[in-house]
Amino acid sequence: MPNQQELAIEARGLVKHFKETRAVDGVDIEVPEGTVYGLLGPNGAGKTTAVRMLATLLRPDAGSARVLGHDVIREADTVRGLVGLTGQYASVDEDLTGTENLVMLARLYGFSRAASYARARSLLEAFDLGDAGGRQVKTYSGGMRRRIDLAASIVISPRVLFLDEPTTGLDPRSRNQVWDIVRVLVDDGATVLLTTQYLEEADQLADRMSVIDHGKVIAEGTSVELKASVGSGAVHVRLADSTDRPAAERIIAQTLDAPVTLASDPYALSARVADDGTERASRLLPALHEARIMVAEFSLGQPSLDEVFLALTGRPTEPETSDDVETETNEAVA
Amino acid sequence: MTTSPARTGVTPARTDPGLNPLRAALALDERPSRPGSLGAALTFGWRALLKIKHVPEQLFDATLTPVIFTLMFTYLFGGALAGDPRSYLQYLLPGILVQSVLIITVYTGFTLNTDISKGVFDRFRSLPIWRPAPIVGALLGDTVRYSVASVMTIGLGLILGFRPDGGVVGVVLAVLLLLVFSFSLSWIFTILGLVMRSPNAVMGVSMMVLMPLTFASNVFVDPSTMPGWLQSWVGVNPVSHLVTATRGLMAGTASTSEVVWVLVASAVLTAVLAPITMRIYRNRN
Repeated sequence: MPNQQELAIEARGLVKHFKETRAVDGVDIEVPEGTVYGLLGPNGAGKTTAVRMLATLLRPDAGSARVLGHDVIREADTVRGLVGLTGQYASVDEDLTGTENLVMLARLYGFSRAASYARARSLLEAFDLGDAGGRQVKTYSGGMRRRIDLAASIVISPRVLFLDEPTTGLDPRSRNQVWDIVRVLVDDGATVLLTTQYLEEADQLADRMSVIDHGKVIAEGTSVELKASVGSGAVHVRLADSTDRPAAERIIAQTLDAPVTLASDPYALSARVADDGTERASRLLPALHEARIMVAEFSLGQPSLDEVFLALTGRPTEPETSDDVETETNEAVA
Repeated sequence: MTTSPARTGVTPARTDPGLNPLRAALALDERPSRPGSLGAALTFGWRALLKIKHVPEQLFDATLTPVIFTLMFTYLFGGALAGDPRSYLQYLLPGILVQSVLIITVYTGFTLNTDISKGVFDRFRSLPIWRPAPIVGALLGDTVRYSVASVMTIGLGLILGFRPDGGVVGVVLAVLLLLVFSFSLSWIFTILGLVMRSPNAVMGVSMMVLMPLTFASNVFVDPSTMPGWLQSWVGVNPVSHLVTATRGLMAGTASTSEVVWVLVASAVLTAVLAPITMRIYRNRN
């Protein structure tokens, strides 16, 4: 266990209720300085609420949290001077241009007028927005929008950066750009706490991660540890004929010796593959062929968040419908 | 952790020259000292002006409301109430000025609520700045809209034959007093903007607050013909006192007590409502 000085973020028993819902229900988080930590969970799991408490935007009902050794309630202002925040709820003004947004923030951090314009220029340059600085943010594409949001959160080079679903709704190219930016930030010494719905994203970026469900941490560890508990991969099958699904389900279950998940798509099935199960998975295609079941698609890959959830909780993810808990939708991307 | 390809491979900065400016931008040692409360509020005021520049449509209400109100009420009531519109205008114009400006204060809450729903406010709340700065700055920006509305109303009044005996000084003082009161009254709308669920709900409730304040006053007629219960409301309605003081200043006959009453009322409104606004702002979920 790392000692106190090395922890950039330390939360103990964080609780937040919204009316009857316990949005965050006793969350502990420890993030050593200079690392990336992932909060993984479906919509409405409580990720955003947890981040907003750590970023001093929301007062916890119980528990405590420290960022770089400063209490988020008693020393909120000190914390605000050390952290950056980007997410659905911490956006930029879309009526203003990119330059105006960054200049405004630089002025609010205390830069002189000239220094603010210089800072805005170098940030726009750094985020590949040099030509778009004079345009209103509402004209930006989803990827540009996310980059200006990120730029806005590092106006003063924060030591801790909170990224709330930084790539939700982005195309793969823009997503990779955001990932590269996060890596450079961490390389530079920043600590990053990011929330995501994608296991792949946490796997790519995070040193450690927590899986959150219904406001509780249900698993914690490195991605290696997490996958060990879940199985290293999953088989996804799509049939040519949906009437074959019951037969296919039986064959997959027998061959892999694992429960089969039936997707809402009547042609699709998936199942987890144990760490030593790759050989078994390779027997699947011949077995299906033997049974005269036509396969349209077959893939062996990383488990999805759904499969992680199924493994950890025994049930698939179920997004909350109540919108006063959290609405982690793609609105911000539009 | 050793298996993640992302962290063991070549760092992206070395493979992608496009990220070098990012490293340069991050190599920032300067941590400037925080701006004062006024500096932060003025920066938000600047934001409000930029929004007017980019979305000039938001001045429609500030320019059209005064024109419609002044023309409509002058010619609607003028003949019946004062014999002819021109004489009525001498009485009505200061009142209609007050009403036009107060009506457009509702947009304060609307704008604030829109900011919240678009996620801009959480960014502001995450900054190490004087907490009321975003709201105070927005209110300061709004005074620009109120000034535009005042110039429109008075300009149109002068064209239609309004002649203020108080001269330029009287008119300017009257407008300043109106701006002070509008700023103070706007705190009602910042509260509504923070507690209501949608910008449209804010508009609806704000209008319900404004109607009795502006119509049940001495804007249009002398209250002496009203029934007793209404007279007592008009008597305590701060808008009536504001209209009396505005009329007095424009006519050059204002008494100190009339002006002081409005200033005290403004101070009380701010002293009560601003802390409530800030309390809700701080504890918002």
